[in-house]
Amino acid sequence: MRHWEADPILMVDRLTMQFGGLIAVNDVSFSVGRGDVTALIGPNGAGKTTAFNCITGFYKPTLGRLALSHGVPATDDELEALTSNGKAAAVTKGGSLFLLERLPDHKVSSAAKVARTFQNIRLFSGMTVLENLMVAQHTRLTRSGLLSPSALINLPSWQRQEKEGMAKALHWLELVDLVDRADDPAGDLPYGDQRRLEIARAMCSDPVLLCLDEPAAGLNPRESAALNSLLLSIRADHGTSVLLIEHDMSVVMEISDHVIVLEYGSKIADGTPKEVRADPAVIAAYLGVDEEAVADVEAEVGL
Amino acid sequence: MQAASREGSVSARPSPLATALKDAVASGIITWFLLLPLVGFRATESGSGPLGLTYRFGLVTIFALVVLGLRLTLHLTIWRPGRVKRAAGTPSVLSTVGERLAPFAKPAFFGIAIAYPALAILASGGLSESRYWVDLGVYIGSYVMLGWGLNIVVGLAGLLDLGYVAFYAVGAYAFALLSTSVPLNAFFDAHVGEGFWAAWSFWVCLPVCGILAAFWGVILGFPVLRLRGDYLAIVTLAFGEIIRLVLTNWTDLTNGGAGIASIPPISFFGMPFSAADNGFAATFGLTFDPMHRIIFLYFVILGLSALTALVTLRLRRMPVGRAWEALREDEIACRSLGINTTLTKLTAFATGAMFGGFAGAFFAVRVRFVSPESFTFVDSAMILAIVVLGGMGSQIGVAAAAVFMIGGMEMLRNLTFLKSDWLLGPDFDPTLYRMLIFGFAMVAVMVWRPRGLVSSRMATIFLKQRKKVSGDLVKEGHG
Repeated sequence: MRHWEADPILMVDRLTMQFGGLIAVNDVSFSVGRGDVTALIGPNGAGKTTAFNCITGFYKPTLGRLALSHGVPATDDELEALTSNGKAAAVTKGGSLFLLERLPDHKVSSAAKVARTFQNIRLFSGMTVLENLMVAQHTRLTRSGLLSPSALINLPSWQRQEKEGMAKALHWLELVDLVDRADDPAGDLPYGDQRRLEIARAMCSDPVLLCLDEPAAGLNPRESAALNSLLLSIRADHGTSVLLIEHDMSVVMEISDHVIVLEYGSKIADGTPKEVRADPAVIAAYLGVDEEAVADVEAEVGL
Repeated sequence: MQAASREGSVSARPSPLATALKDAVASGIITWFLLLPLVGFRATESGSGPLGLTYRFGLVTIFALVVLGLRLTLHLTIWRPGRVKRAAGTPSVLSTVGERLAPFAKPAFFGIAIAYPALAILASGGLSESRYWVDLGVYIGSYVMLGWGLNIVVGLAGLLDLGYVAFYAVGAYAFALLSTSVPLNAFFDAHVGEGFWAAWSFWVCLPVCGILAAFWGVILGFPVLRLRGDYLAIVTLAFGEIIRLVLTNWTDLTNGGAGIASIPPISFFGMPFSAADNGFAATFGLTFDPMHRIIFLYFVILGLSALTALVTLRLRRMPVGRAWEALREDEIACRSLGINTTLTKLTAFATGAMFGGFAGAFFAVRVRFVSPESFTFVDSAMILAIVVLGGMGSQIGVAAAAVFMIGGMEMLRNLTFLKSDWLLGPDFDPTLYRMLIFGFAMVAVMVWRPRGLVSSRMATIFLKQRKKVSGDLVKEGHG
């Protein structure tokens, strides 16, 4: 059994998203392995971002189940029990289990610990870099309530919490190399720095699964390489699983353990980067095929 | 050869000042003659007799001098030959002056605010003579507080609220109803002491009014906060009107349009401001003067405003305040970071409404009469204008805007010199034009400072150095 099937953090079952008459994602199932870097690729309009928005709670899928487990993966019985009792979350033997399609969007981040970045960067541009990272720790800093009296009158217990938050922010600023710009407005940063800051901000919310929507878009080769090492260090040092959408094949092939290919809303390939690269359906989807080979390829993909 | 001739022409050209003067004087003279038949002669009816001719050469001269002065200024500044246009992005003169004055603005503001009654008494030469000025101070103070309250909702959280006056009304009516309630009065007379409710009602009711207003903020906020931008504005506008109409029509409770009168006056923590033996003046060995109450009212509104400012300052540095500002910047990103946007918006709405309720209770105890006429849409618009003009989110800017708008409007009443025979005549009423002048002033400020008087935003936390975030980067929020 492959790693991502043996120890999945996220199991996507028969995900379908329909907008009126348009089926953007059609019956897609895949698993994301714990501690893996998983890439979701496909031509433009294949439904990658729609699938992403379903996973991160921005869309409610038309059909399908999105099961995320913390700790040890849930057994089939536990998953069945939660699916049939209508609740969104359950405590399992080895951790906890969440059905993301049932959670309100903010709970996907605060309870299920799924963080994301956006294709078009969405920083709080009028706030400083440090403030962006403090906002990201909202869930942790408001454990004692949104208007907790200890924070209101600035008690030492609150000051300690805030100091911890600062330390965490500083840690991520060091990792993305933005310590010198900590007090500058986020909107003033160059594009590549904004991309890295958005990843740092997502990581400050302590996610177990980090979803990145085209993190390398608009980066030059050197920045791309730096991004690769950042993502690998996130996986290695923080134990966070990464799910990314990417068009830049140098990023996809170099760092991912598992690649899923979508085309026209359906999954056409699923495997290691090497397998996917050799897959004729993928080659056909990306490059097209010679005229004389069309029949062969069609036979192979089952058309 | 060519260069020499060019040099010659340069030296032959008269100095810019002379050209400017010549042009300005010529324009002034032309204006004088042009306006002579139009403005200088005036046919007036003298009783039942024939039309008489009056001359207004003074006014014509003043108009001509205005034209002369304006053209001279333009020639020396904007029309100056060889003037280099300011590149976009470099700070304007106004903003550099603002930066220089910024460190002194706050201490100066606080100093003047605290010493204001003393200054008013000294300047007008007596306790009772200063009444107009202290009253004006109290009036401005209530708008500063309302501006700061609305600033939480509009400036920080970016939610456009056109019905803020509804919470002001809730606070005012809550206090009016509770303090004039006969059963409550009887209950406290029987259980606490004779005259307790009349003396203490304001201090007991103040928190109650705030809580009630916050409660109504939540009631309104819950269904409408899913709306955004223009739609939210329309619904809050409707809410403001509904509250006013309910107050007008629910005659059993609110006495309708006739309003609620004889609200007990404010007391110095239980000591009435009266000539009686247990009054404020007698206790502190002063001779009784009705001004004591007004000066005390001034300090009460100063204290309430300070409370609003301090709480807002503290909230901004808490996660909830940062979440408000993040919400204004990008709501979708907020949701992706696990911020419950509905709850966060509700806290902003309720906090803003609470301070509106405090201000409302203060209004009721100051005027001692409430009626629905005091809570119209114009008041909401005025408070919103103060927040926008001050620079959304900036406390000192909002305070300055309140002083400028409310004080300025009041000062326009005092332009009595325009009534002199030389100018517009005794029939001219400057108060009729104050809205017009005021509108022009607003347009002018918005042209020069489109993001309000204070357009930058201070960071709430810093690593090495607290920096300002320029207004160009800060978003206004879209509901």
